[in-house]
Amino acid sequence: MAQDVENIKQGYPLFSEPEYQEAFARKRVFEESADPAKIEEVFQWTTTEEYKALNFDRKSLTINPAKACQPLGAVLCSLGFANTLPYVHGSQGCVAYFRTYFNRHFREPIACVSDSMTEDAAVFGGQKNMFEGLENAKTMYKPEMMAVSTTCMAEVIGDDLNAFINNAKADGRVPKDFATPFAHTPSFVGSHVTGWDNMMEGILRYFTLNTMEGKAPGKNGKLNVIPGFETYLGNYRVIKRMLTEMGVEYTYLCDPEEVLDVPTDGGGYQMYAGGTTQDEVKDAPNAISTLVLQPFQSTKTLKYLKDIWNHEVPSLDIPMGLAATDEFLMKVSELTGKPIPESLAKERGRLVDMMTDSHSWLHGKRFSLWGDPDFVYGMCRFLMELGAEPLHVLCHNANKRWGKLMSKLLKDSPYGQDAEVHVGKDLWHMRSLVFTNKPDFMIGNSYGKFIQRDTLHKGKEHEVPLIRIGFPLFDRHHLHRDTTLGYEGAMYMLKALVNAVMERLDAETMIMGQTDYGFDLIR
Amino acid sequence: MAIRQCAIYGKGGIGKSTTTQNLVAGLASLGKQIMIVGCDPKADATRLILHTKTQETVMHLAADAGSVEDLELEDVLRTGFGNVRCVESGGPEPGVGCAGRGVITAINFLEEEGAYEDELDFVFYDVLGDVVCGGFAMPIRENKAQEIYIVVSGEMMAMYAANNICKGIVKYATSGSVRLAGLICNSRKTDREAELISALAAKLGTQMIHFVPRDNVVQRAEIRRMTVIEYDPKCNQADEYRALAQKIVDNKMLVVPKPLTMDELEELMMEFGLMDEDDETIVGQTAAQESAGATA
Repeated sequence: MAQDVENIKQGYPLFSEPEYQEAFARKRVFEESADPAKIEEVFQWTTTEEYKALNFDRKSLTINPAKACQPLGAVLCSLGFANTLPYVHGSQGCVAYFRTYFNRHFREPIACVSDSMTEDAAVFGGQKNMFEGLENAKTMYKPEMMAVSTTCMAEVIGDDLNAFINNAKADGRVPKDFATPFAHTPSFVGSHVTGWDNMMEGILRYFTLNTMEGKAPGKNGKLNVIPGFETYLGNYRVIKRMLTEMGVEYTYLCDPEEVLDVPTDGGGYQMYAGGTTQDEVKDAPNAISTLVLQPFQSTKTLKYLKDIWNHEVPSLDIPMGLAATDEFLMKVSELTGKPIPESLAKERGRLVDMMTDSHSWLHGKRFSLWGDPDFVYGMCRFLMELGAEPLHVLCHNANKRWGKLMSKLLKDSPYGQDAEVHVGKDLWHMRSLVFTNKPDFMIGNSYGKFIQRDTLHKGKEHEVPLIRIGFPLFDRHHLHRDTTLGYEGAMYMLKALVNAVMERLDAETMIMGQTDYGFDLIR
Repeated sequence: MAIRQCAIYGKGGIGKSTTTQNLVAGLASLGKQIMIVGCDPKADATRLILHTKTQETVMHLAADAGSVEDLELEDVLRTGFGNVRCVESGGPEPGVGCAGRGVITAINFLEEEGAYEDELDFVFYDVLGDVVCGGFAMPIRENKAQEIYIVVSGEMMAMYAANNICKGIVKYATSGSVRLAGLICNSRKTDREAELISALAAKLGTQMIHFVPRDNVVQRAEIRRMTVIEYDPKCNQADEYRALAQKIVDNKMLVVPKPLTMDELEELMMEFGLMDEDDETIVGQTAAQESAGATA
């Protein structure tokens, strides 16, 4: 037996042992009848220009999407409110998927319920499920608010959340004054960032649409912050820290930083922790203004802030990298009249110091990257600040407007001249791109590891290493705790980028007696 | 002034699209600004206004463009007679897909693109047949159409359908502000038709807002893909549609309908001779049995 109770081996290396290798070889006859030479031939073909042209002609098929679906975003948004239970009206499997997706990224339990629509609900409509679901969930989990979103099933049959929720209240299932904001989040429209935006707008609408009387911008002297679909816990923290150092009072509209990072301290499982309170949302229209950290993905929310709250929302890019953080802090200072303190000036100086220390290693390095629209935009700005060159800039869930602005940003810099912008393309497109025009590195989520493996299979000289910045990050631990925004975030990312360059160099020059001239102690 | 949004329902083939377009043309001739949203995969709700066979629909354009997000308002909005704005939601061929979802998608698109922010006086939704699924009820969700008109005639099945639609309205009326605003009788020249529909309206708690007589000029105009108002504005039928339009402008009677039970409805039809009293002795008897019984 290959397995010993005192020394349990994982699948790897266990399956490398002869016993399993022989079994695999025997099975191959039945399972993989294709000739390995043929497989290799097809693989090589998929790395060619010819295949790339066919791949980019692809119309009716997505392979390896670089995006998720609307309700996933709505659930993350819901988690950012105090004592709030995300409630998904629709089928159960979808909710299991949202929960595992976040579990694997945040390594935390994720509370989220579904009203489990089945065949009969698909025919008769899901009102009955809504009645029982709201009543049960409230009784069982005692939330102060349930934020309702939908899966495709409920959307295809046209369930009307507003009517169903009101009917449930009229029927006494939950009290009339129980908070039930909602958003329609059909998965087949937009992506997770659209769902986040829809839910945020739904929550703001629920708590403020009919109670605007007596409210006006500036009354409470605070600033609102709307993070967008944000999965770096450090980003919530760094924005708070910078505002605190400036002496600016703020309201974070959606703050899941606590509930996604509950300590193991003997206190047991906490279903709810931290988050924006209902009173804070109700008071938010009185803020001086609202800072929308990821504006490309916040269309609906922005419209609501302008039309209903009369907020003059400053037009800012995501505060990623040096210049964008400068702009952010200067805008905060302008809006509040508070100066930027010495502590932040010093932090900025340290970042500039790091950038100059590392620039010779990053200058001219070419990066292919993907992710959500604001992240990709901010990352490109930062890369070019470092003298690095974005090569393939891919965003599956952006629109044409983003494409235009992204192209303009790149064209305006000497470091963006070779860049290609790809909107609405997936990771199988990215695979073709890096095979036919090799960058030095890829920046993206964990799914990029398969592209790296494929490029390595073609030969060591074709390998494109992946730098993991994005969402989801399933195959490394605790990266979600990092920061990508502000000067601090730029420091984290600079560290990740420059050390990836060094590690790569070490890997390439670690041949004793052959490449010793490049295998340096000091870099 | 807020936009008045009206949805037109009724049994398939009753003349909803023809009535809606003639009525809208009538409103336009009164100087009103109107948008028609066709909510039927057949996409025939705007042809008389636009003089086209069928307008290109939101869903077909979206399918061509890749997704709805790739469309702009001017791609789907056409302007026709009397400055009436026309949009067709569109949908699948019979037997596949989901037409109701097409209605939801199209209306969401129009809202997001700001189609409702113009100086519109009226929006009319011309909705397929009965309210068969949540999608076809989209026009009567909260903050959308608040007035529903049902096109009906003195035929039995048209009245059944009207009553069923009222049941749908009740569901939405209890949670929202949608109301039944009246029955439009599109005459099929059945006996005592106006009287019958008035009686039905009274039982439902509403009104017969207008009796539109049958006139071949409607068909003559239709062959030319025109409304009567445009084709022959001086004819009697044009007066009828203008009268209907004026009544809708002035209409204040918005009610939560009281749908009839099947027995009540049948009773009403018997009263007007549309149906015979149940004769239990003939139930299940074949023609042969009946003739055998008659000779015996």
